[in-house]
Amino acid sequence: MSRLEGTQRIGDAPRVRRLLVIAAVALSALFLLLPLVAIFAQAFAQGAGVFWTNVTNSYTRSAIGLTLFITVLTIPVNLVFGVMLAWLVTRFRFPGRRILQTLIDIPFAVSPVVAGLVYLLLYGRNGWIGGWLDTHDIQLMFAWPGILMVTIFVTCPFVARELIPLMQAQGSRDEEAAVTLGASGWTLFRRVTLPNIRWALLYGVILTNARAVGEFGAVSVVSGAIRGQTNTLPLHLEQLYQDYNTVGAFASAALLALIALLTLAAKAGLEWRAARQEAST
Amino acid sequence: MSIRLQNIAKTYGPPGRGAARALDPLDLEIREGELIGLLGPSGSGKTTLLRIIAGLEAADHTPAPGRILFGDRDVTHVHVRDRRIGFVFQHYALFRHMTVYDNVAFGLTVMPRRQRPTGGEIRARVHRLLEMVQLEPLANRYPAQLSGGQQQRVSLARALALRPDVLLLDEPFGALDAKVRQELRRWLRHLHDELNFTSVFVTHDQEEALELSDRVVVMSNGRIEQIDTPDSLYRAPANRFVFEFLGDVNHLEGEVRDGTLTCGDARLAVELPDGPEELLLRPHEVKLAEAPTADARLPATVTAISPVGAEVRVELAADWMASPWLATLRHADYERLDLRRGQRLYALPRRWHRFPAEPDTRPTRAREAVS
Amino acid sequence: MITLALRAGSSPRRVLPGFGLSLGVSLLFVSLVLLLPMTGLFGQLADLSLAQYWAIITDGRVVASYTVTMGAAAVAAIVNAAFGLLLAWVLVRYEFPGRRLLDALMDLPFALPTAVAGITLATLYSSNGWMGRLLEPLGLQVAYTWVGIALAMAFTSIPFVVRTVQPVLEDLPVEVDEAALTLGASDGTAFRRVILPHLWPALVTGTGLAFVRSLGEFGAIIFIAGNMPYETEITALMIFVKLQEYDYAGASAIASVVLFVSLALLLAINLWQGRFIKRLHGGMG
Repeated sequence: MSRLEGTQRIGDAPRVRRLLVIAAVALSALFLLLPLVAIFAQAFAQGAGVFWTNVTNSYTRSAIGLTLFITVLTIPVNLVFGVMLAWLVTRFRFPGRRILQTLIDIPFAVSPVVAGLVYLLLYGRNGWIGGWLDTHDIQLMFAWPGILMVTIFVTCPFVARELIPLMQAQGSRDEEAAVTLGASGWTLFRRVTLPNIRWALLYGVILTNARAVGEFGAVSVVSGAIRGQTNTLPLHLEQLYQDYNTVGAFASAALLALIALLTLAAKAGLEWRAARQEAST
Repeated sequence: MSIRLQNIAKTYGPPGRGAARALDPLDLEIREGELIGLLGPSGSGKTTLLRIIAGLEAADHTPAPGRILFGDRDVTHVHVRDRRIGFVFQHYALFRHMTVYDNVAFGLTVMPRRQRPTGGEIRARVHRLLEMVQLEPLANRYPAQLSGGQQQRVSLARALALRPDVLLLDEPFGALDAKVRQELRRWLRHLHDELNFTSVFVTHDQEEALELSDRVVVMSNGRIEQIDTPDSLYRAPANRFVFEFLGDVNHLEGEVRDGTLTCGDARLAVELPDGPEELLLRPHEVKLAEAPTADARLPATVTAISPVGAEVRVELAADWMASPWLATLRHADYERLDLRRGQRLYALPRRWHRFPAEPDTRPTRAREAVS
Repeated sequence: MITLALRAGSSPRRVLPGFGLSLGVSLLFVSLVLLLPMTGLFGQLADLSLAQYWAIITDGRVVASYTVTMGAAAVAAIVNAAFGLLLAWVLVRYEFPGRRLLDALMDLPFALPTAVAGITLATLYSSNGWMGRLLEPLGLQVAYTWVGIALAMAFTSIPFVVRTVQPVLEDLPVEVDEAALTLGASDGTAFRRVILPHLWPALVTGTGLAFVRSLGEFGAIIFIAGNMPYETEITALMIFVKLQEYDYAGASAIASVVLFVSLALLLAINLWQGRFIKRLHGGMG
C-alpha cells in the first residue's frame, strides 16, 4: 500500500520519479550532450591558436561567405512565401486547400539527396531547362544559384509550418473587425496580423536559417564542391574530414554548432516569452 | 459507511508568506447512507474538501495532523486507489479511447488477478449497471458519440462498478444544461435511495443542494458556515453569508430612532435600539399593497414583471433602495393588484431578518411584522 | 443600402483582402520550387525501359542498401519511440533542476547541421574516440557498422518523437489520471491502459516521421557508415554514387523508389492519424 503524498498523478511516487528523471537525463547527456561537447573539444584539441588559424584561412572564409550569402537570400524568399501561403490556407476556403497544405510538407519527407538530384536533372546540362540555359551560357548547377535553389527547396516549409497552426488558432475575427473599420491590404496585415504572428514568424526564420546554413545532402549534389568557389561550410568540413584534417574539420563544425546553439537559445527565449505572455493574460 | 473528518486543513504553496489557506481546520461527520451536499461559491474550499476525502489530495500534516475515517477504518494515509471510493468528475473524465462498456468495466478489469471477478461476472455486472443508467443500447459507442448527460451517466456507472462504500461527486451536473440537470438530479436521488451508499457531492447551485441533499454543508473561505437539513437551513440560517447565499435577498439599510427605521422617504416600525441597522428580506416576504400602513411606508415603482411557474416575480425600484428589490407574488394576488410596469405602490414586509455585524453570532430571530 | 447589399452579395465569404495575391504567389512557388523539379525526375525515368528500370532497382548492391537502410531506420525508430516517450514524459510530468535545459537540448538534432553530427558521431565512436574506446573492449563495434548507421539515424530523428508526444501529453487532463486511480488501477496498469492509448496516435505519428526522416538521411550517416558495398551502404549513398559515375538514369531510378516510399509513408501516417482523431473527437462509427 503506497503512502499518500500531495496531489495524485500516475507515476508520482518519488521512487518512480527519481528513476525516470535519472534515466532521461543520463541518456540525453550521453546521446545528445556528449557529441556537442566533443565538437568543441576536437576543434580546440590543438589550442585556440590552431582553431583561429583554421577558421580564418582563405578557404574557410570563402565557405563562410558563401554560406551566409545563400542564407541571406533564402530567408526573404521563404518568408514571403510562408506568409502568403499561411494567409491563403488559414483565411480562405477554396478547393485544393488541403492538397496545398500537404504539398508543402514534401521537402520534409524527401531525402535531401533526392531533392538535389531532381534539381540537377532539370537544370543540369542534360535537363530540358538546363540544356536550353546552357546554349545561352547560363550555368545554374555546380554554381551558387543551384545551391540557392536547393536550399530554398529544403527550407521552404519552416515559416509556413510555424504560422499555419497559430493563425488557424487565432482565427480571422481581428482582421474582419479591421476590415469593417476600413483597413485594407498592407495596412491590415502590418497593423493587425503582423503583431499577432511576429514571434512565430521570427521562430520560422530562425529555423530556416539553421537549416539553410547546415544543409548538406542536397547541396553536395548540386555544388560540385570547388574549393574557394562553391563550397559551403558543411561541404568544406566534409572535405577537410576526408583529408584527415580532423581538427580543421571540427573548427568549421564548431562554427556551425555555435549557430545551432544560438538557434536553441533563441527558441528557448521565444518560448519563455510566449509562456510569460500567456501567464499575464 | 460513515465518514468522519477530524481537524482537516489544507494549505497550498510553500509554508510561510507564500502559502494560501484553502481549508481552515475543520471537523465533519457524515452518517452512513446520507446524501450530503457541499455548497459554496468558488474558492470556498468545497472541492478541496471533496478531493481530500477521496484521497486525490492530502490534508496538511502540520501543525496538527488530521484524520479521515471511513466507518472504523482510518484511511488518512491510504492511497486513493485503495480507498474504495467512487468518484464522478465534473467533465466526466471518461476514457475516450474506450467504449462505454469498457469504461464501466475498467475498474473491474484492473483489479488484482486474485480478487478479480470472472469474465462472465464482469460482463453481467457491467450490463446490470448499464441497464440501471439506461444506457445498455449504447454499450459499444465511444464517449465522443454521447451527449453530456449520457456521458455523466456512464461516468456514474463506472464509479459504481466497484461497489464503493462512498460515492463522491464533483459538480456532477455543472457542465449540463438546465433540463438535463433537473432530470439527472432526480435520478441520482432515486439511485442513492435504492443502493444506499454514502454520497457527498459538490455544487455551487443552492437550488441543487437544497433539492438533493439530506444535509447541506455550506462553506465559504475555507470554513464551514453551517451544516443542516435543507429545510432548517433555509428557515434558520446561521449567519448572514448563509442567508444571502441561499437565495435572493432584499436589503433595507437605515437609521433607527425611537422604534422607527428611516431611509430616505421609507419608514418601518421596528423594535430595535437606536443606531444604524440593516434588515434583510426574502422576495416572498415582501407583500405589495396600494397604500402604506401605520407601521410601514416603503414606496416603490414596479420596473419589471415576469410570471415564472407558480409565482410572479416583480422587480421594484425606489430612491431609497441601494439595489432593486424583488418580490414574489401568487398569481391570484398579482391579478387582484392589477400590476403594471411603472405603477407606484407600497412594499409591506411580512417578516425580516437581521444579522448584527459581529461574525458568528446567532441572528435575531426573524420576526413577524405587524401588518 | 443597395450598394451595400450588392457588395456583400458579390463575395459572401471572402471578406478579407489578398486572396488573389496569396493564391498566385503560393501556386507559383509550389509549382516552380516543388513540382517543376519533379518533372526532371520523370523525364529521366521515361528514357528507361521497364526492364532496365527493374534491373537497376533490384540490383544486388542496391537491394542490400534497402535492407541496411530499412533495418537501421526501423531499429532507430523503435529505440526512439521508447526513448522519446521517456523524454516527453519526464519533461511534461516532472519538475526537476535542469528541466528547461533538457527541453532545449531536444531540438539540438534539428538545429545541428547533419554533416556536423556525422563527423562528430564518427569521431566519438571510432576505435580511438571517447565512446569507441569504452565500447570496443566490450565487443561492440559501432562506427563503420549498421549499429553506427542506426545511431546516426536515431540522433537526427529523436526530436520528431519527443515533439509530437509532448503537446499531447501536456493536454491530457489531470482527471484522466485521477479517474484511473480512483478506479483502483496501479501506476503500470493505468499507464498501459489509459495514458498510452491517448498518446498512441502521437507516438505512432512521431515514430513514423522519424522513420521517414531516417530513410532519407544522408549527411549524418555517411561518415559513420563506412560505406562498404553490400554491408553498410545506405540507399541515399547509392544515389550519390550513381551521380558521381554520371549514371543519371540509375540515380533517378533509385531516387524514384526512395521518393515513392517516403511519400507513401507520409500519406499513410496522415490517413491513419485522421482516422484515429475522428474516433476520439466525435463522428459516428
